Amino acid sequence: MEETLKIIVLVKHVPDAQFDRHLNGEGYTTDRDESILSELDEYALEAALQLAEARGGAKAGNQVIALSMGPAGAVNAVKKSLQMGATEGVHLTDSALAGSDAAATSLALAAAIRHIGGVDLVLTGMASTDGETSLVPAQLAERLGLPQVTFASSLTVDGGRLTARRDADTYSETVEAPLPAVVSVTDQINEPRYPNFKGIIAAKRKSITTLSLADIGVDAAQVGRSGSWTTVTTAAERPPRTAGTIITDEGDAGIKLVDFLAAQKLL
Amino acid sequence: MANVLVFIDNPGDALKKSSLELLTVGRDLGETVVAVNGELRPAVLAAFAEYGVTSVLQPSAADLDDYLVAPKAAYLAAAATAAGASTVLLENSSEGKEIAARLGIRLNAGVITDVVAVDADGTAHKSVLAGSYTTAAKATTPVSVLTLKANSITPEPAPAATAPGTSTVEVPADGGSAAARITSREHKVASGRPDLADARIVVAGGRGVDGDFGPVEELADALGAAVGASRAATDAGWISHDAQVGQTGKTVSPQLYVSAGISGAIQQKAGMQTAKVIVAINKDAESPIFEIADFGIIGDLFDVLPQAAQEIKKRKG
Ligand SMILES: Cc1cc2nc3c(=O)[nH]c(=O)nc-3n(C[C@H](O)[C@H](O)[C@H](O)COP(=O)(O)OP(=O)(O)OC[C@H]3O[C@@H](n4cnc5c(N)ncnc54)[C@H](O)[C@@H]3O)c2cc1C
Ligand SMILES: Nc1ncnc2c1ncn2[C@@H]1O[C@H](COP(=O)(O)O)[C@@H](O)[C@H]1O
Repeated sequence: MEETLKIIVLVKHVPDAQFDRHLNGEGYTTDRDESILSELDEYALEAALQLAEARGGAKAGNQVIALSMGPAGAVNAVKKSLQMGATEGVHLTDSALAGSDAAATSLALAAAIRHIGGVDLVLTGMASTDGETSLVPAQLAERLGLPQVTFASSLTVDGGRLTARRDADTYSETVEAPLPAVVSVTDQINEPRYPNFKGIIAAKRKSITTLSLADIGVDAAQVGRSGSWTTVTTAAERPPRTAGTIITDEGDAGIKLVDFLAAQKLL
Repeated sequence: MANVLVFIDNPGDALKKSSLELLTVGRDLGETVVAVNGELRPAVLAAFAEYGVTSVLQPSAADLDDYLVAPKAAYLAAAATAAGASTVLLENSSEGKEIAARLGIRLNAGVITDVVAVDADGTAHKSVLAGSYTTAAKATTPVSVLTLKANSITPEPAPAATAPGTSTVEVPADGGSAAARITSREHKVASGRPDLADARIVVAGGRGVDGDFGPVEELADALGAAVGASRAATDAGWISHDAQVGQTGKTVSPQLYVSAGISGAIQQKAGMQTAKVIVAINKDAESPIFEIADFGIIGDLFDVLPQAAQEIKKRKG
C-alpha cells in the first residue's frame, strides 16, 4: 500500500469567459456576477482525485481539500469541487480581502494552508482565467518555503517525492522534488470528470469550513487593496472587433485573398 | 538617478532582440546594471557597453540551470540589493514570470507581468481579460519587478557607450534547498520557420484540416509565416502542442493571422484577437470566427489555401 496523501487544491471562482467581462469593480476589478469554478482549476482537482484514488481514496485516509479565497459566491467553486469528488471544502472569505493582488492573495492563501496544516501537496491551475498572471503558485511556494513545479503536464508521487513532466518550446524536461511541494498543472495533464448524480448527492453531506482573516491570523492591513503591492490606475475597454468583408468562394477566393493581402501591404 | 537591474539568462553568443529591448527600457528608467546567468562572452559584454550598461553581475554558482527558478530568484534578490535597484526588469517568458513572482516576495516588491510599455514614473501598461482592456498599473512598493513582453519597443543603443566592469554576487544558500531539480531534458528539433510567439504573420489550422497540415504549411511558407493551431488540432496529434494558440497555448499579436478550419471558440480567440488583421477561411458561414475576421472566406480550406499559396508564389516571381 502506498502512502496516503493530504492534498489541497486551490480553486478560484472567476467570471465566465463565455460572457463579456468588465472591469467595473472598485479599483478596476472584474465584475463577478456570472462566475464559475475556473475551468483550468478543474485539471488540478482531477489530478488530485486521481492521486487519491490510486491510494484507495477517502476510505484509506486520503484527503482532497478544495480551498477557495473569494467573496460569498466563491463558495460555489468549493461546492462544485465537492461534487466532483473533493473530500472537504474550505472557503476563505473576508471583506478585507477585496482587491487583493497576487502578492496579497498568496499571503492569505499561504496562511490558510498553514492553518489547515500537514499538507503533502498543493495543486493549482496553470493560471486563473481572469488574472492570467500565473504568479500565485510561485509566490505561494516562496512564502511557504516549498519547491514549486509549474506547468506540469504529468505528475506522479512515490515515496515522498514527486516527478513531473514539463514542456517548453524548445525542450521537454523531467523534474523531481521532495514533498511537500506546490504544483501547477496544465490542461494537458488529464480530462476532468463531470460531477455525476451520486457525486452531487454525496457533496451535500460533505463539510465546508469558512475561514476569516482572524481565523488564519492575518491582519486586514496585509491584504486587500491596502495590502497589495500593485495598483491599477486606469483601465480602458478596447473597441470590440467587428466583422469585415465576408465572401463565398466561387472558385477564385484564393486569388481574392491575395488581392486583399496586397491591398493591406501584407505580402 | 534610480538604478535598474536587468536580468539576462544565458545570453549565449549574442543578445536576443528581447534582451536589447529590456536594456533600452531599463536605460529610460535609470542607470542599468545587468545580472546575467551562464557564460558571459566578449561579444555580449561589448553589446552591454553599446547599450550603456554601467556594470555586470554574475552569480557565484554555476548550477542555477539545474533547478526550477528558486535559486535564480534568490540570486536576483541579492543582485538587486547589491545594485540598489528600484526596478527589476525580466523577460516575459513563463520562466521569467516565475522568477519575477518569487523575487517579488523576496524583495517585498509589487510584480507586474505582460508589460508592453513603462512610463518614466514606473507606470506599466498592459492588456488584460484576453486583450479586451488596456490598463495602467503601478507598484506601490519601493522596488518594482516588471516582465516585459517581446516586440514591445524598438531597441536603441545608448548615445554614449560605457565600459561596464563585472563582479560576482554570492547566491544565498537557501535558494536551492527548496527547489525542484531538473533530472533530464530532451531538445526538440527546430522547424526552420519563424518563432510563433513573435512572428509577423501566423497561419493557423484547426480541426478542419482533418489531419493534413500540408496546405497550412504551404501558405505559411509562401508568406514566410509561423504555423499555429487550435487545441482540437494539437489534441488530435496532427501537430505539436507548441503550435497551440489560445488561452492555454500561446498568445500572439501578429500583423496578420490567417485562421483556417478553426471555429473561433472563446479559448482560441483569447490567444489571437489582438492580431492587426485577421483572415478566416471556414466552410460554415455561421462560424463565430467570422465575427472578428477582417476578411472572411466561406469555403473549403483545401481549395482556398493552395490557390492563395500558388498566387503568392506567382506574384513574387
Ligand atoms: C480549459 C480549456 C482550454 C482551452 N484552450 C484552448 C486553446 O488554448 N486554444 C484553442 O484553440 N482551443 C482551446 N480550447 C478548446 C476550444 O474550446 C475549442 O474546442 C477548440 O478551439 C476548437 O478547435 P477548432 O476550431 O479547430 O475545432 P472545431 O470547433 O471543431 O471547428 C472546426 C471548424 O473547421 C471548419 N471546417 C471543417 N472542415 C473544413 C474545411 N475543409 N475547410 C474549411 N473549414 C472547415 C468547421 O466548419 C468548423 O468551424 C480549450 C478548451 C478548454 C476547455
Ligand atoms: N482567490 C483564489 N482562490 C483560490 N485559488 C486561487 C486564487 N487565486 C489564484 N488561485 C490559484 O492560483 C492559480 C493561478 O492563478 P493566477 O496566479 O492568478 O494566474 C489558479 O489556477 C488557482 O489554482
